[in-house]
Formats: sequence, C-alpha cells, structure tokens
Amino acid sequence: MTLFDLLIGPFAEFEFMRRALIGSLALSIGAAPVGVFLMLRRMSLTGDAMAHAILPGAAIGYLLAGLSLTAMTIGGLLAGLLVAVGAGVVARATSLKEDATLAAFYLISLALGVVIVSAHGSNVDLMRVLFGSVLALDDQALPLIAGISTVTLFVLALILRPLVLECVDPSFIRSVGRAGGVAHLAFMGLVVMNLVAGFHALGTLLAVGMMMLPAAAARLWTNDMTMLFVIATVIGAVSSVAGLLISYHLGYATGPTIILVAGLIYVVSVVFGRAGGLVRDVTPGRHLEA
Amino acid sequence: MMISRRSFLIAALALPLTLPTIEQSRAADRVPVVATFSILADFVTVVGGERVAVRSLVGPNGDAHVYSPTPADAKALAQAKVVFVNGLGFEGWLDRLVKASGTKAPIVVATKGIDPLTMEEDGHGHAHSHAKDGDKTVTDPHAWQSVVNAKAYVANIRDGLTAADPAGATVYAANAEAYLKELDALEADVRAAIAKVPADQRRVITSHDAFGYFSDAYAIEFLAPQGVSTESEATAKQVAGLIRQIRKEKIKAVFVETVSDPRLVERIAKETGVKVGGSIYSDALSASNGPAGTYIAMIRQNVALLTAAMAGS
Repeated sequence: MTLFDLLIGPFAEFEFMRRALIGSLALSIGAAPVGVFLMLRRMSLTGDAMAHAILPGAAIGYLLAGLSLTAMTIGGLLAGLLVAVGAGVVARATSLKEDATLAAFYLISLALGVVIVSAHGSNVDLMRVLFGSVLALDDQALPLIAGISTVTLFVLALILRPLVLECVDPSFIRSVGRAGGVAHLAFMGLVVMNLVAGFHALGTLLAVGMMMLPAAAARLWTNDMTMLFVIATVIGAVSSVAGLLISYHLGYATGPTIILVAGLIYVVSVVFGRAGGLVRDVTPGRHLEA
Repeated sequence: MMISRRSFLIAALALPLTLPTIEQSRAADRVPVVATFSILADFVTVVGGERVAVRSLVGPNGDAHVYSPTPADAKALAQAKVVFVNGLGFEGWLDRLVKASGTKAPIVVATKGIDPLTMEEDGHGHAHSHAKDGDKTVTDPHAWQSVVNAKAYVANIRDGLTAADPAGATVYAANAEAYLKELDALEADVRAAIAKVPADQRRVITSHDAFGYFSDAYAIEFLAPQGVSTESEATAKQVAGLIRQIRKEKIKAVFVETVSDPRLVERIAKETGVKVGGSIYSDALSASNGPAGTYIAMIRQNVALLTAAMAGS
C-alpha cells in the first residue's frame, strides 16, 4: 500500500469520505475555539450539560416534523438557548451560582427529553435518528455545519475582548458595564450552536469531545492565548483526518474513532506537554497573555 | 412554546396509557395474550381470532432491537395467559421485563424448531450460513422473513394458545389451518415473482441485515452497511466496501428500511447513482391502514418493491 492509498486514496475515491472530512474539519474550526473559552472560564463541563439540554428540543422537532434537519436544528437551538438563558437569569436573580442553576436546568431538560423519547419508544430508535452519522452528511447538514463554524468565528471575533477579559479578570468586566453579560449570552449561544452542529455530524456526546479534548490538549502546550486557538484547531483537524482514515482502513465506528484520536493526543499532551505536562522543562512558562 | 410543549407532552404520555385500557375494556372476556412485536402479534391475532386479546409490546414501525419497556408492558405481561416471543436473541430486553413483571404465563418461543441462520457480525450481510460454530457470528433472529418459517411460527402459536386455553383448541386449529393455506399461496406467489428476475440481478442494498432468511429462501443477495442489528454503528470501511461493490457489480436497487435511519442508505444511493427503491418492512408492520398492516401484506409489499427495483423497471 502506497502513501497515496493510505492517506489520499480514500478521499479521492469516495464522496462520503470527502463530505465527512469537510464536515469534521468545519466542526473543529468552530468548536475548538469555543472549547478553549469554555476551558479558560472553567466551564469545561458546561458543554456536556448543554449537550443534554439540546436533546428534548431535537426530539420535539423530530416528533413534530419527522426527519427534518431544520426542525431538529431549530428545536435543539431553542432548547439549548432556553436552558442557557434560564440558567444565567436565575443565577443572576437568586442566591444560586451559575453551575447549580445550569445543573438544575439541564437535568430538567434531559428528563423531559427522555420522557419524550420513551413516550415515542415504540417507534424507530430515536437516539439513532437524533444523532447523525459523520458518514451520512447530506446536502443540508454540510452547509449547516460550515455555516455554524463561520458564524462562530465572526461572533468570537466580535466578543473576543469582553470574553478574554472575563476569563482573566471577571470583576473588572463587571465593574465597567453590561458588555460582559451580553458577551456571555452570545458565547452560550455559540456553545449551543456548535453542539447542534456536532450532533448532526457525530452525535451529541461526541460533539462535546470535539469541543473540549483539543482545547484541553492545547492548553498543555502553550500559555499564549493566540497559540491556544491555533493549536486546539489543529488538534481537532488532525483528529478528524486521522480518525476518518483509521475508521476507513481498520473498520472502527467513525465518530468514536475521531474522538479517541483526540483523546490520544490529549493523553500524549498530559505526559509530554511543554506547558504543564508531567514530563516538562523545570523552567516555568510565560504568563498567560491576551 | 411552553403551551405547545406541555400539551404535546400530555398527549405523548397519554397515548400509551389509553391504548391498553381500550383493548382491555373491549376484551374483558377474551384470553389476554402478549406478543413482543407487531409481526408476531399479527400471527397470534390470526390464529387466536375472536378468542384472544393480543397486545404487542413493540408497536407498528417500532424497532424491537432497542426497545425500552414501560410499566404498562410489565402490567400486560403480568395479566397475560401466555406470552409469545421471537427468541433467537431478538428481544434482548425481555428477560428482565419478564422477571420484573412476575408473570406466571408460559413463554412460548415462536421460532422453536426453526433452523437458525448465523451471520457475520461485521460482514456485509451476504455471508449468511446455517448455524455452525464460528467466531464473530451471531444468530440471525429475523426468521419470519421466510414464509416457510412463518408457517412454523403459526404452528408454535397454535400449540401455545391451545395449551393456555384448551377450550379453544378447535378454533385455534381451524384458524391456523386456514392461515397456513394462505401462507402456502403467498409462498407460491413470492417464488413466482422472484423467478421473473434474472438470477444475476437479484441483489439489493438495505440499511440493516434483516433479510438473511428471505435471502436464503429466495436466493436474493442483500447487502447492508450496518451489522446484524440496528444497534451497531457503521464504519467508513464498511461503507466504502459497499460502494465499491455496488459500482463493480452494477447493483440497481437500494432500499430504506422503515425501522432504520435512512440517511446513510440515501448517501450511498447518491454516491453510486443508484435509485432508492422505496421503504421495505423488516422488523415491524406498518400501522393497520398502511401498506404493510399484516404479515401477508408486508411480504407482498416487500416482494413487489424488490422485484420491480431489481428488474430495473
């Protein structure tokens, strides 16, 4: 087997491989930077919670309109935003902290989703319908994923300053005005959008993996904010390509393989990462810069 | 949003609750019988006739591979006089449900006496063979897809009903006999229809390996991108292999199954330029007013779609 057969051949021969490649690359471009912010704001588990929060919306969308990408996307977005905004509002209005309200909101949403799925239980396997396959990206799903990635990058560019400030000095941004709150809501919107894109490509839980694993791995290599985005995106892209090729050549289920590759990169980073890995230079790294 | 969601939820919750109560009140004096899925329930309904009230745990268009039972199911089991199951590993969730329901009803395995096929768990679905020891093979539970096997189902159901309700023995025997004759006619029609398709064109693609017995009985080759059940996930390798095979062997027909996610099959169809031949029924009947409301209607519908697509018309 030549190098061409190993690396290029599968994509040259099969359109579904090209679609899977584009879809997963687009996903890593959008999701990895979002994951970096989630990590820096110590909200790494928020992605997981939000992924569950999306389920009932997507389920209702499916039940009302059948296997319609539009209905499932809108439903997922609405449910996710409802949970994100609801958790934020309750956290600001009551004595509860945001992690507690988010936990409460997503658990309610998840339970609602499971009830809906079970009430529907005598029909097709709803979980399978809700979670797309990266091998079956159609003409609707692909532009949706690419579009969400594009919007994500633009919105991130717009709200970069307040977001970064909130990461490094939350009290300052609160003292100078309302920009922090708006940026926070916009950011939660991005999280939800990227998870919706991810569940069309990989399934909800794996979508979270695509968001958080590259970010966590990248953090072990650099203390520089800009490099963090670059490295995370590259790790996401490399995982996508390698995962697809491994799935193609060895016959492993595609979505999980992509996430496992990202997981492997994470484990290697934990051990060898130059900025805080187990085996590292004794000289301390530079401070985090914006 | 909240109002529509709430009313929807109430409707969704109420649906499974109302169905059994209607059946129960209507059928107070009938023998309560449970079948695990719609095709089996159809057999039991035909053989039991007026004497039995059949409840199917997995309803029309449902996927019994991945069904999660409800308390109403346990209640139905507890009240049943006899429970019919497919066996061969089809209803993986059943054992725990039977235990939880505490039912005293005998469990009748409808596939008793059928020669089971095995299939490769990760293969392309054409490697069906009669049961023998071998690694990476699992028993194929979809035995009803061969009409000859359906006759064995009917015989087992007749015996099971007779044992549970001896007073109805003559009714069950008469119903079963009439139905077996219908099945014989069906078998003849299926064979005649398939014989019209040239042997080298008898190849189709479906989304899960449910047609091993059909394939074995009527010499049609079925290829599928998933493994033996809807539970496993497709790999890029399988899909690539399938696309190569479609191109090389000039397969004309791709089918979507009613219980599976159609997206992958549609992707394959687009990529190879093959037409999607329609929805065929594998593990579940359609609603009673649909094109496959009974077993006989299902087989006729499948055969009509399959032969039309294979012949390239």
